[in-house]
Amino acid sequence: MLHILTLAFRRLLTTIPALVIILIALFLLLQLAPGDTVDALLAQIGGAESSVIDEMRHHYELDQSTSSRLINYLWRLVHLDLGQSAIYNKPVSHMILERLPATLLLMGCAMLLAFTFGTILGILSAQKVNRWPDTLISILGLIFYSTPSFWLALMGIVVFSIYLNWLPPSGFGSIGESLTGMAAIVDIAWYLILPTTTLALVYLAIYLRIMRASLLEVSTLDFVKTAKAKGLSRRKILVNHILRNAMLPMITLIGLQAGTMLGGSVVIETIFAIPGLGRLAYDSVVQRDLNTLLGVVFVSAILVIIINFIVDMLYAKLDPRITGH
Amino acid sequence: MAILKDYFRSPIARVGTILLLLIIFIALTADWFFPGNPLRLAGRPLQWPFVNPKFILGTDQAGRNIAAQLFHGAKVSLIIGLVSTLIAIIIGVVIGAISGFYSGWIDDILMRLTEAFQILPNFLLLLVGVAVFGSTINIVIIAIGVVSWPPVARLTRAEFLSLRNREFVQAGKTIGMSSTRLMFKEILPNALPPVIMYASVILSTAILMESALAFLNLSDPNISSWGNLVGNGRLVLRQQWYVSAIPGIAILLTVLSASLVGQGINDALNPRLKKR
Amino acid sequence: MNRKRLSIKNLTITLPQGADRKYAVNDVSLDLYANEILCIVGESGSGKSLLSNAIMGLLPDGVTASQGEIDFNGDNLLTYNEEQMRKIRGAHIGMVFQDPMTALNPLKTIGKQISEMFTIHTKLSKQEINQKVISLLTDVQMPNPLSVAKAYPHQLSGGQRQRAMIAMALALEPAILIADEPTTALDVTTQACILALIRELQSRKGTAVLFITHDFGVVADIATRIAVMQQGKLVEQGFANEVLNAPTHPYTQALIAAVPPLTPGDVRRINKEIILEVNNLSKTYHNHSFFKQNRRTTYAVDNVSFKLHRGSTLGIVGESGSGKSTLARCIIKLLEIDNGQINFENVDIANLKGKKLKHYSRHIQMVFQDPYASLNPRRKVGDQVTIGPILHGITKQQAIEKAKALFNMVGLDSEALNRYPHEFSGGQRQRIGLARALALEPKILIADEPVSALDVSVQAQVLELLTQLRKQLGLTVLFITHDLRVAAQICDHIIVMKSGKIVEQGIASQVFLNPTAPYTKDLLDAVPGKGWNPHRLIDMSPAIHI
Repeated sequence: MLHILTLAFRRLLTTIPALVIILIALFLLLQLAPGDTVDALLAQIGGAESSVIDEMRHHYELDQSTSSRLINYLWRLVHLDLGQSAIYNKPVSHMILERLPATLLLMGCAMLLAFTFGTILGILSAQKVNRWPDTLISILGLIFYSTPSFWLALMGIVVFSIYLNWLPPSGFGSIGESLTGMAAIVDIAWYLILPTTTLALVYLAIYLRIMRASLLEVSTLDFVKTAKAKGLSRRKILVNHILRNAMLPMITLIGLQAGTMLGGSVVIETIFAIPGLGRLAYDSVVQRDLNTLLGVVFVSAILVIIINFIVDMLYAKLDPRITGH
Repeated sequence: MAILKDYFRSPIARVGTILLLLIIFIALTADWFFPGNPLRLAGRPLQWPFVNPKFILGTDQAGRNIAAQLFHGAKVSLIIGLVSTLIAIIIGVVIGAISGFYSGWIDDILMRLTEAFQILPNFLLLLVGVAVFGSTINIVIIAIGVVSWPPVARLTRAEFLSLRNREFVQAGKTIGMSSTRLMFKEILPNALPPVIMYASVILSTAILMESALAFLNLSDPNISSWGNLVGNGRLVLRQQWYVSAIPGIAILLTVLSASLVGQGINDALNPRLKKR
Repeated sequence: MNRKRLSIKNLTITLPQGADRKYAVNDVSLDLYANEILCIVGESGSGKSLLSNAIMGLLPDGVTASQGEIDFNGDNLLTYNEEQMRKIRGAHIGMVFQDPMTALNPLKTIGKQISEMFTIHTKLSKQEINQKVISLLTDVQMPNPLSVAKAYPHQLSGGQRQRAMIAMALALEPAILIADEPTTALDVTTQACILALIRELQSRKGTAVLFITHDFGVVADIATRIAVMQQGKLVEQGFANEVLNAPTHPYTQALIAAVPPLTPGDVRRINKEIILEVNNLSKTYHNHSFFKQNRRTTYAVDNVSFKLHRGSTLGIVGESGSGKSTLARCIIKLLEIDNGQINFENVDIANLKGKKLKHYSRHIQMVFQDPYASLNPRRKVGDQVTIGPILHGITKQQAIEKAKALFNMVGLDSEALNRYPHEFSGGQRQRIGLARALALEPKILIADEPVSALDVSVQAQVLELLTQLRKQLGLTVLFITHDLRVAAQICDHIIVMKSGKIVEQGIASQVFLNPTAPYTKDLLDAVPGKGWNPHRLIDMSPAIHI
């Protein structure tokens, strides 16, 4: 375990240069944007006198040189000080902390759903390779992969909320009822069914495809032949030998997709009015609140790094070749 | 040519190719079937499809012809998809090739850069790009290309790393070939096939990303985009769900055709899996 | 005579449609007796591996045993269903594969993989199984069996892995052990140990062993009886002594004649002039890591010095990891060296770069090991041969003329210039590689294991060509090989390398007949079939007299 931890920690350290590149790029983008924080604030309050504007510029350190502001910016980020949100008039970090749980819940559920069903369908498909169940699953996978999630979400709302009236069309828990304990969880779960499914479907298709390919690939390896020569049954070979080896690329995929999934949650959260990070990102683009937007991007990057850290540990736990010598 | 024969043997590839040709046909004939601006008011708003022969697919709440928007949207989707895929591939191949060929500190720097891009969620980065530079069609295309190159770079780099020490490359070095010649004339042709196969994935995600952006009303408002139409339809979803449904199917079919063609190429070039 | 354990009668294995031939195995009959090692010998494509897979009921999809019988314990195995076959596999017939790295599951410990044999076929308790595993690992002479049982495959050496495979195959004391090229992926000294182990276990347990190999040296060491296969047909079988020393079928005769004898040729007079002198050459690899504690330095080549006489052939021999290939790549400047001098015709080329290097490097050219990787698959072979001279400043027309002449010289039709590499066989590709190297009219030719990927008959042809070209063009050759038999045939001088260092160097006959370093002796002792010396097919040691 200690081995795995040190290894994963080392990996974590190697992401620092990438993170620094991201931060510098974000800062430069801020510089390129037409108008600065003060302009955004002014637009919000409807203008001010020039002396006040200068005062504000000074307050936000906008009158200093680019390099010294870059250093200040980085230094503030180290302290997780993401600045002030122009539209919400709150520190960005507070806004993000408020919104984080909903996004994590949505992503976690979607990831779990996609991974579980992707794996199961992938196994089914590979077991019946080139026969009709495989063809059916593969075609379904291709269709899932090609379906825009926002459209699927709308169609889901039309069918399940408007016509069948089974599921709520939007929101994140019933408003006005103060539910507690189990009831609250069930209530939120009820609201999450549609968003989770629509967000997960594309990833399900990807997991399914990778799992199928990975299983077929591993089945051709020599140790599978060894297992056959031992007299193991097909099922035992699959469970005892092929599966764990075939899972390795799937684990890697979780890390690779953490980022895309965060991006996908922008659309889903907007459609279903879920108070999450994605929704916050969308609102800040619409309202030109760059400070908040970059804060969300920064936190998303940290989130992706953390997920990759966990994935690395999981991988090392599954594959003894990583920690061994 | 044998590959082409292999390719067309698979039903997946045939269906994909026919579908793609159909969409290309629709895109090319948009101006001929539906001349003029597709976003102009054409008739009474919210007419259902197959009711009025003049508006075979009906009209949206602004009275715009859905069929016209669909035809012109095909053009937009294909152009955005192709150009941003091209941008992503060019950036990715150049960075991946340099990184894989030279290794050492050049590789280190380029890979950190690639990692940085991979850590940032694509779509969020796209939002930042649009928020900072505006949302004209050119910027959207470039931004989609710029956020899509990292996987191409990684793929190219991996190919270069494995090919770099292949004996024919070493032989090329010993008979006096220059680095550029080795990179572009010896290694690159061998490294390209998996990249080309991957292009269909980029094309798919590029089309999906643009439509999502347009759905959120953050893409170029002056251009007829399928995503935009789906987004507009959201306002009348309760009754006239067809406004959203029709363009969504168009996106689905376009992305599906790209995926099918990609799958077909993949199967044709990977005979091992095909034989099973 | 011992009891008959397995009887193959008129077995025919059919390949799927579209394969290059209809039958992989054609009407083969064989008997396998208890307490014997039957070697099935053949070149690639002889059908020997499919034969062994058919016995286990493990033929690939589309390949079927269409005719004949495989009789075992009074039953025809070909009539068994999957369920019945499963009870035979492992329990009654064990199997060992070629590459022990890929044949073991990388994610499971050795102990778990061996104990699986017992959980499948017996009802022993966990404790009993654990004891059995340890005693099996002890049986195959594994050092420290307790810790090996807990180790993963990647933590063991190649030889240890193959021991573990053997322990696994013999776990249930099967009546028959099938070994499919079990030592091909191993170094020569490891191979000798594994062969000794198989022989010892076989005679102790009275197992019937079906041993599949392409190497007549191995056959000479281990076989009780021999069956020779060619293109799916059994052409000759008999007791080892008869087949090895008095083969009757022309194919067997040709195969045996192509095995180079271990005794070196006559001592030749060698030019005194030194064309290449290497002094104190070192090449290290640094484990490239961000963190200090992970930084490791490995000496791939460690302070190596030698002299190469003009017109002579110097053989560098050693096992994998000895640094012999790295040394060659340093000399040809594919790798930067850390230390030392490389004096070519009295000019130190070690630190030359760019144009200056290009001027010298054309005089040293290389032939590579893998005939499939050494040619660019996307370029016509003619272009690959002419590009070198063109880059060094002759016209395209001249280069084509030259390439045509070279193709004739290496025994290829000059029409072949317009074809792509995949249209050629392995031996032909090696000839193309040779033509490409010779197109620059080099003075020194470095040959890095040029024949180790080829079948033995093709190997002999390529070696003959190389020898003939050396005479004809006055080439100096640096010949890198792991095969001491090949080295004995064509080298004037020998350098023996181990872990990056030269452990012995000298005139070939001296090194072979009176080795001084203990390691050289070990290597020579480990050469398979060293006690068996067939007649020479070709004289590959033409002397250069000055």
